[in-house]
Amino acid sequence: MIEFTNVTMSYSVGTKALKGVSMQIEDGEFAFLVGPSGSGKSTIIKLITGELKPTSGTVHVNGYSLERIRKREIPYMRRTVGVVFQDFRLIENKTVYDNVAFAMRVIGAKEREIRERVPYVLELVGLETKSRRHPGELSGGEQQRLAIARALVNNPSTIIADEPTGNLDPARSLEIMSLLQEINNLGTTMLVVTHEHDLVERFPKRVIVIDNGLVVSDGMDGYYRYEDQ
Amino acid sequence: MKINNLGYLIKEGIRGIFLHGFMSFAAVIVTIACLLIVGSFSSLAYNFNVIVEDLNKTNEVMVYVDETLSDAQARSVGTRINQIENIYNAQFVSREEALENFIADHEGDEAFVGVDAKDLRHRYVVTLEDNNLIHETVEKLRDVEGVAKVNANFELAEGFSAMQNVLRVASAVVIVVLLMVSLLIISNTVKLAMYDRRDEIAIMKMVGATNGFIRLPFVVEGFTLGMVSAAVSFGLMWMLYDWVVVQLDAVSTLKLLFHFVPFTELLAPMAITFAVFGFVVGISGSWTSIRRFMDV
Repeated sequence: MIEFTNVTMSYSVGTKALKGVSMQIEDGEFAFLVGPSGSGKSTIIKLITGELKPTSGTVHVNGYSLERIRKREIPYMRRTVGVVFQDFRLIENKTVYDNVAFAMRVIGAKEREIRERVPYVLELVGLETKSRRHPGELSGGEQQRLAIARALVNNPSTIIADEPTGNLDPARSLEIMSLLQEINNLGTTMLVVTHEHDLVERFPKRVIVIDNGLVVSDGMDGYYRYEDQ
Repeated sequence: MKINNLGYLIKEGIRGIFLHGFMSFAAVIVTIACLLIVGSFSSLAYNFNVIVEDLNKTNEVMVYVDETLSDAQARSVGTRINQIENIYNAQFVSREEALENFIADHEGDEAFVGVDAKDLRHRYVVTLEDNNLIHETVEKLRDVEGVAKVNANFELAEGFSAMQNVLRVASAVVIVVLLMVSLLIISNTVKLAMYDRRDEIAIMKMVGATNGFIRLPFVVEGFTLGMVSAAVSFGLMWMLYDWVVVQLDAVSTLKLLFHFVPFTELLAPMAITFAVFGFVVGISGSWTSIRRFMDV
């Protein structure tokens, strides 16, 4: 579960990125986080992944209180959250298999477990035949599926997808969103940050709209309500 | 970090060397260059120190034996002289030999005509280990039973001591400065290599890698590169040194002036210094450089 309670976030240069955000995303829920550039979406993601600490308020992610988390606990908290980025962030010199296996090695998984789990996850994202390729040899959609496989392999309770379709054509975007929905159907909490109206329209889910550091709308039709204002 | 990972992380460290071949090559070359400079200067300083020490031993202290002692008693004084600390050598010169030496040294001079050896004293030509202690040693020589008089050239001894001290301090300062400069250059090269891999480190952090997990391959890589650099530069240093010795020995006048000790005499300290340098540079270089990329 992700829970923000009256969270403010000011950067050292004086910019106030969040001005009192409160929201709660339950276990197993699927939610979109939308808003214009500079609205505070990236700050929310950085707070969830422990890259930033809130100036005030409380942030709870999968049982960890991030406003008072100890530095050495952060890696363990991150293992409960899989992150998918717009620019994929894959390790170019590792094969498809090793990019996914790497995430398991990080948590100290045994080789036997890795050999069982990685092919299963690659099959889930449709990359089972490309396990020996390198990321540079894959299309954009395939690279994003690989990033999803990496985020998924440790069975995290939450996946945060930051503009996961930003670099993809409409057909590939739809494919990726369907994959994220399938993963959500298996019980993983999903928070998708996006700009794309079409996707939000095609997948009628909860929409949290953020603007100027505040949640301005939150609900199944939140996006449209905000657009109408 | 779990023990399951250890083999994998070590393998990753070795793999990293080849994956980032150019950066590894640059780090090794810079380390070798620095070690060769430090090694060359250290061996030069060591040899100069040996040369000055040898010169030191040419400063002779004359110890005259009481003329009332018999020849046998005079020879036994040498045993007592040799028991004094800081005596490098005490060579007995009988009064007859002393006269012969005088005459030989002043050939054609009539000053020694009619001089009888009995007018002279038996003596010991004494050289010291350390001329810094000449005053104390001369005092001890004067106290030896059967010694009548001791003559020493204190000014020459002090000159040698001063020269040796200046050489020691100067070489220590230069070596320390060279080591620091080398560490800075190498640390910057490693930083550059780390900067090249900042994205990889950021990804590791994102998937929940602990600092130990991220660090170990880099440390293994740094250690391997450091030790390879140390081994290569040690070999090169040995070859270079032997080449210089052969070149100096080929010229007879230089051979007299600069007789370098064989490399085998420097082998152990040089090997230890290079290994420690390679280890420290490799480990500390990677350890400190990676720290700034860890705060993600």
